[in-house]
Amino acid sequence: MKIVVCVNHVPDTETKIKIGADSKSIDKTGVNFMLSPYDELAVEEGLRLKEKFGGDVTVLSLGGDAHKETLRKALAMGVEKATLLKDEAVRDSFGIAKGLAEELKTMSPDIILFGKQSIDFDDAQVGTMVAELLGISSVSVVVKLTIDNGKVICEREIEGGHETVETSLPCVIQAQRGLNEPRYPSLKGIMSAKTKPIQEKPAAAGELRVESIALRKPEAKAAGRIVGTDKSAVPELVRLLHEEAKVI
Amino acid sequence: MRILAFAEQRDGKFRKSSFETVQTAKRIANELKGELLALVLGSSVESIAGELGNYGAEKVIVADDPSLAQHSNSAYAKVIADVAKNIGAGIVFLPASQMGKDIAPRIAVKLAAGLASDCVALKVEGADVIATRPVYAGKALLDVKVNTPVKMFTLRPNVFTATPSQGSATIERFSVSLQPDDLKTVAKEVKVAAGRPDVTEADIIVSGGRGLKGPENWHLIENLADVLNAAVGASRAVVDAGWRPHDEQVGQTGKTVAPSLYIACAISGAVQHLAGMSSSKYIVAINKDKDAPIFQIADYGIVGDVFEILPELTAEFKKALGK
Ligand SMILES: Cc1cc2nc3c(=O)[nH]c(=O)nc-3n(C[C@H](O)[C@H](O)[C@H](O)COP(=O)(O)OP(=O)(O)OC[C@H]3O[C@@H](n4cnc5c(N)ncnc54)[C@H](O)[C@@H]3O)c2cc1C
Ligand SMILES: Nc1ncnc2c1ncn2[C@@H]1O[C@H](COP(=O)(O)O)[C@@H](O)[C@H]1O
Repeated sequence: MKIVVCVNHVPDTETKIKIGADSKSIDKTGVNFMLSPYDELAVEEGLRLKEKFGGDVTVLSLGGDAHKETLRKALAMGVEKATLLKDEAVRDSFGIAKGLAEELKTMSPDIILFGKQSIDFDDAQVGTMVAELLGISSVSVVVKLTIDNGKVICEREIEGGHETVETSLPCVIQAQRGLNEPRYPSLKGIMSAKTKPIQEKPAAAGELRVESIALRKPEAKAAGRIVGTDKSAVPELVRLLHEEAKVI
Repeated sequence: MRILAFAEQRDGKFRKSSFETVQTAKRIANELKGELLALVLGSSVESIAGELGNYGAEKVIVADDPSLAQHSNSAYAKVIADVAKNIGAGIVFLPASQMGKDIAPRIAVKLAAGLASDCVALKVEGADVIATRPVYAGKALLDVKVNTPVKMFTLRPNVFTATPSQGSATIERFSVSLQPDDLKTVAKEVKVAAGRPDVTEADIIVSGGRGLKGPENWHLIENLADVLNAAVGASRAVVDAGWRPHDEQVGQTGKTVAPSLYIACAISGAVQHLAGMSSSKYIVAINKDKDAPIFQIADYGIVGDVFEILPELTAEFKKALGK
């Protein structure tokens, strides 16, 4: 089975966001970046599929040189091959999808794994757009994946429950938490990832369809009021919610 | 300009987010002096289409076909894109529900449209629509402009208002033409837990953290949730420990929620948790540690033991609500 996992390089979840000088993007100084958590699930699933069906796993990322760090994390988890589609410029989700799809066309994978969304722009667009550009099936927010004789059965999250979706290979799968527990890279994995080559190619041109015009912090919520320090505060809390906040 | 709003239904019932989408699309249509058309698709759904008239739709397009009985992102996206082309839509709105998010990117590719997803505010400036979307899990807000002739927006559920008023809509049928290939991906079975609302749609959420000590104590959370008709949420610590299912997790790697009231019980308030719930209208925190970060964003707090306070709170609400 030819497996490709698309991964993004995003600010650590601990990051306190500071607005950059252009007022359109974040100030990256001092920010740690990581393999996007949902993409880590996608890498894990790719490795499990290889362990079950044979074949090989390639990780693919579109972005600047910094993305190599994230590609190495995937290599350390056990992926064999990594490709960086290089472009330092800002792209929107369509631009990223377009660049990835052009490369994926030359690879003809059986399955392409994505995270359900990148935790930077939280777009949840790239995976499904790639599927559409390639004219193949896709399933989003997948919490369970079974492949049997080319038939793909997924459980995906919907409001208040799950939906079982059937499709066929080749397809795009977008990982949601619950799909698996990602492995930690072994020391051996980390060492060997340092020497595994990362193939670099220029990314096919994108197109900026959605333009960022201003980034700001939401209005800070002021700390409220401590109503009390034991259960005698309960009636007052209920009163406040009813009469002051009027939410109950 | 013609504006299309997709109204999702399941089992012949519209989701609240569909009403929010139609009503918001109507407001934008008015401001742009355009015409709003709503779209319903599914099997045997014509009878419910008129309800959208109460949210500002004067015309509803119905794509009714047995092959659309179950959600299929390929088929749904094809039909919606066909309708959009057919009416010459300049803007397409969808709810950012699990269904909306599953189809909008495909429609955007088919229509060569820029797509702004999960918007929480929309504002007309001249001929442009400026959309605000939360990024970095709500730690920042980004204003975006879509630069393509056809523009698309998905709207975060539970953020825009939907207040019905008496209205009526004319129905127009759209004849669906799908190829077998369009139905390659299709939902076969749907399992929805009855009773409690989903965290992304709930007006009130009662959420529990590690301080509850174990899944056997969750009745304290559930009893309160039942009295308030609320959804049940959880911190990641609780989900990782296997006490609660993943779909209840609130936070940066869980659900982003924006209820009117969020009650955080024995949750410390780590940045990743706050990221998912800090845009709730009112936040109540119950925690025995007065220095827990959750108090920094809580409107009301009780510094105390959840085991003592939760039963009392449930009883008090029961009284107040006459239950
Ligand atoms: C990549 C990444 C992603 C993450 N994503 C998320 C996410 O999406 N959502 C999320 O929630 N977390 C997330 N986390 C985890 C987060 O950092 C915290 O570890 C987690 O939120 C802590 O959960 P908690 O508040 O339940 O537990 P703790 O931090 O252990 O807090 C328990 C609290 O309960 C209080 N308490 C204990 N006993 C009682 C009692 N009897 N009465 C009252 N109060 C009591 C304590 O004072 C304490 O404040 C993520 C972490 C990482 C690294
Ligand atoms: N720059 C990128 N390079 C490779 N894959 C990406 C990139 N950006 C996003 N993805 C993939 O697309 C998924 C959805 O991203 P998004 O649409 O940005 O939320 C992510 O979880 C990744 O799997």
